[in-house]
Amino acid sequence: MYTLVYDGTFEGLLTAIFEIYEHKLFHVKLIKGEWRAAALFEEVLQVITDENRANRVLKGLRKKLSSTGVQRLYIAHMAEMDNEESTLLGFIRYVFDNDQNVEEDYGNRYVMRISEIIKMVRREKHRMEAFVRFQKLKDETFYSAIEPDFNVLPLLIRHFKSRYADQKWIIYDIKRGYGLYYDLHDTQYISLDFSEVNKPDNVITAFSEDEGIYQHLWKNYFTNVNIVARKNTKLHLRHIPRRYWRHLTEKI
Amino acid sequence: MNVERITEKLNILADAAKYDVSCASSGSKRKNENKGLGNASNGICHSYTEDGRCVSLLKILLTNHCIFDCAYCVSRKNNDIKRAAFTVQEVVDLTINFYRRNYIEGLFLSSGIFKNADYTMERLVRVAKKLRHEHNFNGYIHLKSIPGASDELMREAGLYADRLSVNLEMPTEAGLKLLAPDKNHQDMIDPMNFLKNEIIQRTEEKKLFKKAPMFAPAGQSTQVIIGATPENDQQILQSANYFYKNFNLKRVYYSGYVPVLKDKRLPALNTSVPMVRENRLYQADWLMRFYGFHVNEIVDNDQPLLDLDIDPKLGWAIRNMQVFPIDINKADLQMILRVPGIGLQSAQKIVSARKFAKLGWEQLKRIGVAINRARYFITCKNKEFERRDLTGQNIKQFILAESQSKYIKNTQTQLNLF
Repeated sequence: MYTLVYDGTFEGLLTAIFEIYEHKLFHVKLIKGEWRAAALFEEVLQVITDENRANRVLKGLRKKLSSTGVQRLYIAHMAEMDNEESTLLGFIRYVFDNDQNVEEDYGNRYVMRISEIIKMVRREKHRMEAFVRFQKLKDETFYSAIEPDFNVLPLLIRHFKSRYADQKWIIYDIKRGYGLYYDLHDTQYISLDFSEVNKPDNVITAFSEDEGIYQHLWKNYFTNVNIVARKNTKLHLRHIPRRYWRHLTEKI
Repeated sequence: MNVERITEKLNILADAAKYDVSCASSGSKRKNENKGLGNASNGICHSYTEDGRCVSLLKILLTNHCIFDCAYCVSRKNNDIKRAAFTVQEVVDLTINFYRRNYIEGLFLSSGIFKNADYTMERLVRVAKKLRHEHNFNGYIHLKSIPGASDELMREAGLYADRLSVNLEMPTEAGLKLLAPDKNHQDMIDPMNFLKNEIIQRTEEKKLFKKAPMFAPAGQSTQVIIGATPENDQQILQSANYFYKNFNLKRVYYSGYVPVLKDKRLPALNTSVPMVRENRLYQADWLMRFYGFHVNEIVDNDQPLLDLDIDPKLGWAIRNMQVFPIDINKADLQMILRVPGIGLQSAQKIVSARKFAKLGWEQLKRIGVAINRARYFITCKNKEFERRDLTGQNIKQFILAESQSKYIKNTQTQLNLF
């Protein structure tokens, strides 16, 4: 039994697959994390992410899977779910061990589990497309903070870029400490220093004059479209779980 | 901007529009071109009210002034309420600013009738035109067509809006006569017919000339109020079916009547909203549109009412036990779709997965089949078959004993109060 430690990137994962096939390792466990921490155990191999090797595996996958199939694998990896490496590994092995394309073999437990993971990630991606609430800053940039369970920020680029093409915007993942910035031309990843921004004075002066007005109007609207005779808290919570409330203007 | 005044207007005109249940913002294909604002195709619900309904569009009335006196409507002429009206510019500003903050997918604009149909419709069209032309706005716009408006205005509306709708209000002509004496059934049918023909014609043009303008790309919809008049489910669903077939409607919405007015023609004010019935009608509607069911299979002269205890697909299955069990590994997709507990996605997954290997209970469960219902109607790889010669009635009781519907629970607590 070998334990492979990789850096958590998709390239790292593919490099690990390369190593497993090259050294014909059958009983393996794949974990992401620091090499040092894991080195306490015996028979631990560090995977050094290698673009060439990763690309060879990717090429192999492309032969066996449709382009959506490859995309789905990538998204499942993006979920960064703990202890799901064995699923990714099991799925990739199942793909390589079969002559035909197995991506729709939902009777297989790896294929099905990948499908479940993707469903969860996609749902949260969709929720973020819905629940992002921009606040207009003085310099006309629209700022939003999110705290998704999964690392979905990269999956949001396409949607927000094609929707808000004529305004500068930032979507910041507070939990993971990085954000997305669109400057009217391109998007780039950024990280912000909040030590200054969080002082109460700075927060208030940072917003544009009409920001407060529209937040107020939106909250009023939200209250007035509710039909009291139909109150259904259970349904309400199923649609907007509490963990998202702190960033929703209408629920603050 | 006079914040106080605009807040008051928004409060009044959002409140008045909330009984319109249409909420869809999908089905269009408007792209953001030339670095404009927004796009429309996804159908995102941005929030949910405390009653659990989706908030996707800024749904407001342009005005709640109205020359009509429809018994079921809060904006009726003789109702003593505060009146308000937005200016065209106010609606445009609200829409743009809400959209930029990602609160909404677009605008749903309806209106009371100001002076006459054309006067009102012209203003709705002006809002949409301004959004499209002055703000390069590509978000979703749903306009309510005002019955009786001229063809010219309707045609212009279709060029700016993604969806147009004409509310039928009551499922039958007689029901409408009773509650909306000023309105005329034919006045609602005519614009629907006009829109249908116009949509067909524009779609043909679009095939020939790529540059031809879009015309109401998300089609037209309507809504009927349920429970204000004595129509049964058969009449309601037959009527919905008629409109789907003859007017190519995208959606029929069913709105459980919320008693807001005292009127001897209407259910009393303390009558509860028929939420279970509304839910069953939507389920039946889904069966007609996506599951290949004919309306007569769901309701007929012997069964004019939907069973409130169980969903209509289960209802059909236990009335048609001779069809079951079906073999999940062999039956065609259309038949699998008829099994209670199997939805569209699961059915498709089953058909994909069984190409690789025969499926058993474990796999079906993982695929997402509700085994507690489906097991009485199917066989699979595993030999044991769960039905054990049960009658339809037995099955219904077994299933009801296992599952407790949220609606049924609700009703019970309500009854216990008395």
